Amino acid sequence: MYDFNYQKPAAIDDAVKALGSDPEAKALAGGMTFIPVLKQRLAKPSTVVDLAGLGLSGIRREGNALVIKAMTTHREVANSKDVADAIPALAHLASHIGDRQVRYRGTMGGSLANNDPSACYPSAVLALGATIRTTRREIAADDYFQGMFTTALEPDELIVEVSFPIPEKAAYEKFPNPASRYAMVGVFVAKTAGGVRLAVTGAGNNGVFRHTAMEQALSASFSPDAIRDVKTPEGDMNSDIHASAAYRAHLVGVMARRAVAACG
Amino acid sequence: MPQVKLTVNGKPATAEVEARTLLVEMLRENLHLTGTHVGCDTSQCGACVVKIDGKSVKSCTMLAVQANGSEVTTIEGLAAADGTLHPMQEMFREHHGLQCGFCTPGMVMSAIDLVESHPEGLTEQQIREELEGNICRCTGYHNIVKAIAAAWPLMHGRELPQAAE
Repeated sequence: MYDFNYQKPAAIDDAVKALGSDPEAKALAGGMTFIPVLKQRLAKPSTVVDLAGLGLSGIRREGNALVIKAMTTHREVANSKDVADAIPALAHLASHIGDRQVRYRGTMGGSLANNDPSACYPSAVLALGATIRTTRREIAADDYFQGMFTTALEPDELIVEVSFPIPEKAAYEKFPNPASRYAMVGVFVAKTAGGVRLAVTGAGNNGVFRHTAMEQALSASFSPDAIRDVKTPEGDMNSDIHASAAYRAHLVGVMARRAVAACG
Repeated sequence: MPQVKLTVNGKPATAEVEARTLLVEMLRENLHLTGTHVGCDTSQCGACVVKIDGKSVKSCTMLAVQANGSEVTTIEGLAAADGTLHPMQEMFREHHGLQCGFCTPGMVMSAIDLVESHPEGLTEQQIREELEGNICRCTGYHNIVKAIAAAWPLMHGRELPQAAE
C-alpha cells in the first residue's frame, strides 16, 4: 500500500471540503473493498478521508419509505427490526453479503458509491426505485448507476442516506461466488402498485441493470412461469474464469424465477 | 506519523505508525502480539480476526488508525492470568478443533463472537454458516463446529437449547 494522509472529520461539511480541495483525496467508508484496493496498489490517494466520525448511521421509517443512512453496516441492516418489518428482502440481502466479519464493517453507502458490478446492494436500490440523498441533491436510482464502478456522484459528493419505497412484495436471490460470497448473479424483484421492477447484479458487462422484458412479463402475471421463456441476451453478460456469459445468462433466469417464487 | 492509541487485552497500547499501517501489522510488529496471524491477506481466510469493541473484525482489512481509541482483544488476551484457558480455547483442545493450528487464533476469536451474539442458542447449521469467514486448510471443520457447540453452555452457564432454526 502507498502511504497517504489520513483525516477523520467530525462534520459532513468538513469531509466534503477535504474531498473537494484535493482531487487525489478519496473517501473511506467501511473499507471492505477500498482497503483491499489500496493493498493491491490499484489506487494511490493523497488523502484518505474516513467517514466513520460523521454520525451517518441509522435506520428509520418515513411514511411509506424506509430510510437508511449511508454508513449503516450490513450487520445493522440484517438485524434491524424496522428493515425486517418493512422490506425483509433487504435484510435478507444484507445478511448474505460477504461473511460475518465483513458485515460488521461494510456499509450500504460504501457499496453504492463503489458500484462494483457484483455488489448486492445496487440491485435492491434499482429494483425498489430508491432515492439516493447526497450532500448536494436527490438522485433517482435509474439515474444513479452509470455502468460498472461508475455513478452519478461527483468526487466531492457523499451519499447521506437512501430512501427505499416499501413494496408490496420483494425478494433477492443470488448465486454466490463460493469463496467470496459476492453475487456471480443476483436478482432483486419488487412488486409495487406501479408495477414490477427487476434488477440484475453480477451478470451484466456494464454493471447492474433492469431486465425490462422480465418486468413486462411479470407485470402481466407475477409468477415464475411468466418468465420461463424470457431470454437474457448473452452478449450483454460478463464472462470470466468463474462463469461464462452463457452460464450467467442462464443463471439470471434461474435466480429471477427463484426470487419471484420467494415473494410467495 | 499518526499516533494510534488502543486498549489491547485490557492494557493501554500506543504506537506511532504510518497511516497505511494495517491493524494486524501494528499488533504483530509494534506490539509483538504475533498470535494474530496473516493468512490470505485478502480478507477471506479469517486467520487475522480480532475483537474490536466486542465485534469480530478482520485486522488485515482495517487500518490501525481506524481502530484508534478502540478496545482490542487478541488471542493473547483470552486466557486468565494463571493460565486457565478461555472456555472456547478449552473446548478447541478438548474436541481437537485444530490440526496445524494456523487458523486457530482467528477461529477462536470468531467463535467467541458467534456464541456471545447468540444467547438464544445456536444450531450446528448456524455455526457452519457463520464460520464462512474463517478457512481451515486442514479441513478440520467438523471438530471446530463440535468445539463451538460445546463452548456455548460453558459461556452462557446453561444448556444449549435444541431450538429449531
